[in-house]
Amino acid sequence: MEQPPRSMTGSSEHAWAGAARAQADAQAGTSQAPARMLPVGSAGERSSGWLGCLMLIATEGALFGYLLFTYLYLAVQTTRHWPPEGLPKLPLGAVNTLILLSSSGFVWLCERMVRRARVRAAVVSMTVAVLLGVVFVGIQLHEWHGHPYGPVDNLYGSLYFTITGFHLAHVLIGLIVLVLLGVWTALGYFDAKRYAALKIGGLYWHFVDVVWLFIFTTIYLTPYWIG
Amino acid sequence: MSDTPAFAKPGDPPGTLRLSRPLVRTPFDAAGAERLAHIWETRPGWRGWFSTVDHKTIGLRYLVTSFLFLLLGGIEALVMRVQLAQPNATVLTPEQYNQLFTMHGITMIFLYASPVLSGFSNFLWPLVLGSRDMAFPRLNAFSYWVFLFAGIFLYASFPLGEAPNAGWFNYVPLSGLTYDVGPNIDVYSLGMVLLGISTTVGAVNFVVTLLRMRAPGMSIDRIPVLVWGTLTASGANLFAVPSVSLAFLMLWLDRRIGMHFFDVSGGSHALLWQHMFWIFAHPWVYVVVLPAMGIVSDALPVFCRRPLVGYGPVAISTVATMVVGFVVWIHHMFATGLPPLALSFFGAASMVISIPSAVATFAWIATIWTGRPVFRVPFLFFAGFVLLFVIGGVSGVMTAAVPLDWQLTDTYFVVAHLHYVLIGINVFPVVGGIYFWFPKFTGRMMSERLGRIAFWLMFVGFNLGFFPMHIAGLLGMPRRIYTYGADMGWTTVNLLTSIGSFIFALGIAVFIVDVLYSRKRGPIAGNNPWDAPTLEWTVPSPPPPYNFAVVPTIASRHPLWEGRMQGEHEEGTHEGPRSRLADGYLLDQGREALGTTALEASPYVILKMPEDSYAPFWLGLMAALFFAGLALRAWFFAGLALVLAGVAIIVWLWPERELIQREPTPVARS
Repeated sequence: MEQPPRSMTGSSEHAWAGAARAQADAQAGTSQAPARMLPVGSAGERSSGWLGCLMLIATEGALFGYLLFTYLYLAVQTTRHWPPEGLPKLPLGAVNTLILLSSSGFVWLCERMVRRARVRAAVVSMTVAVLLGVVFVGIQLHEWHGHPYGPVDNLYGSLYFTITGFHLAHVLIGLIVLVLLGVWTALGYFDAKRYAALKIGGLYWHFVDVVWLFIFTTIYLTPYWIG
Repeated sequence: MSDTPAFAKPGDPPGTLRLSRPLVRTPFDAAGAERLAHIWETRPGWRGWFSTVDHKTIGLRYLVTSFLFLLLGGIEALVMRVQLAQPNATVLTPEQYNQLFTMHGITMIFLYASPVLSGFSNFLWPLVLGSRDMAFPRLNAFSYWVFLFAGIFLYASFPLGEAPNAGWFNYVPLSGLTYDVGPNIDVYSLGMVLLGISTTVGAVNFVVTLLRMRAPGMSIDRIPVLVWGTLTASGANLFAVPSVSLAFLMLWLDRRIGMHFFDVSGGSHALLWQHMFWIFAHPWVYVVVLPAMGIVSDALPVFCRRPLVGYGPVAISTVATMVVGFVVWIHHMFATGLPPLALSFFGAASMVISIPSAVATFAWIATIWTGRPVFRVPFLFFAGFVLLFVIGGVSGVMTAAVPLDWQLTDTYFVVAHLHYVLIGINVFPVVGGIYFWFPKFTGRMMSERLGRIAFWLMFVGFNLGFFPMHIAGLLGMPRRIYTYGADMGWTTVNLLTSIGSFIFALGIAVFIVDVLYSRKRGPIAGNNPWDAPTLEWTVPSPPPPYNFAVVPTIASRHPLWEGRMQGEHEEGTHEGPRSRLADGYLLDQGREALGTTALEASPYVILKMPEDSYAPFWLGLMAALFFAGLALRAWFFAGLALVLAGVAIIVWLWPERELIQREPTPVARS
């Protein structure tokens, strides 16, 4: 379903060559090139939106890269206590990471269910994904409250709250996307052949999850060997 | 031909959209063209004006808007040149001078040099690629509106005498709250983040358009060099713009929220800003020149009556310049006390850039040398560009040498270098490009006589104005001083520079007169007045709203010169494939375009293109109001604009049955 039949792309060069040879004498409308069936509209990974989302991920990935560059550049050069309150506590952050990653699985499952025409299961799966995302946000806010300083109190606080805040904003936008996708799925917008929006929105959510791994590594783990 | 549209199955109710269709060839016919015009044309009046997504309209808007910014930045420069024409002048106060040189830099680099090239590319890409529009027409409109609003935003505090005043690279701590308490730097910071949105979505659109929207047969080695240039610039923007957007956001957070990113006394590092700024700004230098070099690589050969010498090497060196361009940013920071190892590496990398640049230069010279040059106005601008490029390139290699840079940094030598590069490689190709494509833009030719006058005024004025700046720099004149003493020995060179700058401005004025006159009264141009080889010249001038009535099939880099070039078939045993322009795939069931594969450009998908929409305008407006709210620290207002922007995005992205983003209508299930 995703890949074109081999003959569709593989034979195209011959089709042109044949058409070109016939150019002089044939009526243009009756070219020998066999008519190829092409999908119409937003067809999964053939849609422009899929590529557009990949580009968005490239530039957003760069944005997070620069955020982490800033953190590491200052972390290796600063003379202050880093982080100010001592090494980060790992268990809760690690659990939260697993929660966020597991939500990606349910987003993937939602798309699979839609393609098998099991709309109810798809909506349930998306609901679970959204709930896991909400739990992640809750735990993250709990961690924010656990710090004795805020974003304006010192350099580490500015970096910590800005980096995790950027990610939290992406999670919130991602959650809005997931809720919309769930509603559209429930309304029966998608079927076995038309689900590009699910694919594209899901890709964005996977990105938000993967980028968290880099943030987690940088903020929770690197102090153990840089400090 | 029967009356049934070729792709509808008999018995389908009107308006049926199918999940898949056979792709068959049809010849061009006038009735079909009329139907397409009806499908693609923009509504008349203000509704169409605010809602159009036609890439040609958007491209021309980009060109006109960025040219207005060029004039604004030019007037700022002339005022500064009046101040500097004589020693100890008092035309400007030091603070006014600071704001003028800062706004001059911001205007020319961010509001002219890159947007003007986006204008060319927006107008030309679908036409040279054989497509009906860009991949994301609404995103294209959004990109323009945000650019316009960001330009207005950056100028908002200028009338109050509170314009950005810390230089276009805006170093901290000078731009921090300690030394700059007014709104000046806030406007610059937030305006740049806003402009970054426009640049980024524009870049996304160009890259996806290249990957999906080329005519069948236009494989990756058959695209024009302008497309290579803009593609490279767009790819770089995706990775470079976030750096500067983040730096400016962090600066604003420091200034107005009280964070400590650039607070050295709080444990930060003094060079963080410089790194983040130049990681962006050096690739940006290539963003504003590579598409312009592409203009020359495509248009110069037309006036040499032969294809470009070395298409492959030129295309590769375009990409190579950008790749190396990402690892040279520290040559802007040679004087900051970085370790010698870093200086050596970045100095060497900076010199390596001269290799791909030289490849392109020799390709242009060889094209002129082995061709039969026709000395029309565009040729003059392109040939002039080659000379200025060499001068600017040589002074660039000089400053890439660390010891010499220590001597020359922050002097007028650097000012001379960057103006040779930016005016030589951007303004000259742009003006030449406008002379070249003006017939396609408007359907009329520009004046050959006025064009020659404009060229010689610009060329003589430019060299008279900017060459002495090298000398001023070698004599030790620092940049960004608002005046100088009569005993410094800089009086003559400065007077020459001021005279030259006014002659250059006169040339620009003649060019503008020519544009305004020829737009209404120039001789009518046919489809292809220059006998050029690429696809944009197959369609009428100006092109119809749908660009191509039938999607052509491309078999070479020069579809309009096939069968006319010497030695064309030396290697092949037979005639080889031919491009087909008069017949092709008719896509006329609503707004449709043909999507092709990324490398070979084989037909891949029939894309449904969006109708005109107000959403881009509203989203752009709300984004601008959000940033205005931040600048005024009106948090509720900013939050409201943010929510409304979110609503605009949801309306925009709501799956549409017309675009087959949702399940199709039941009758059409196949």
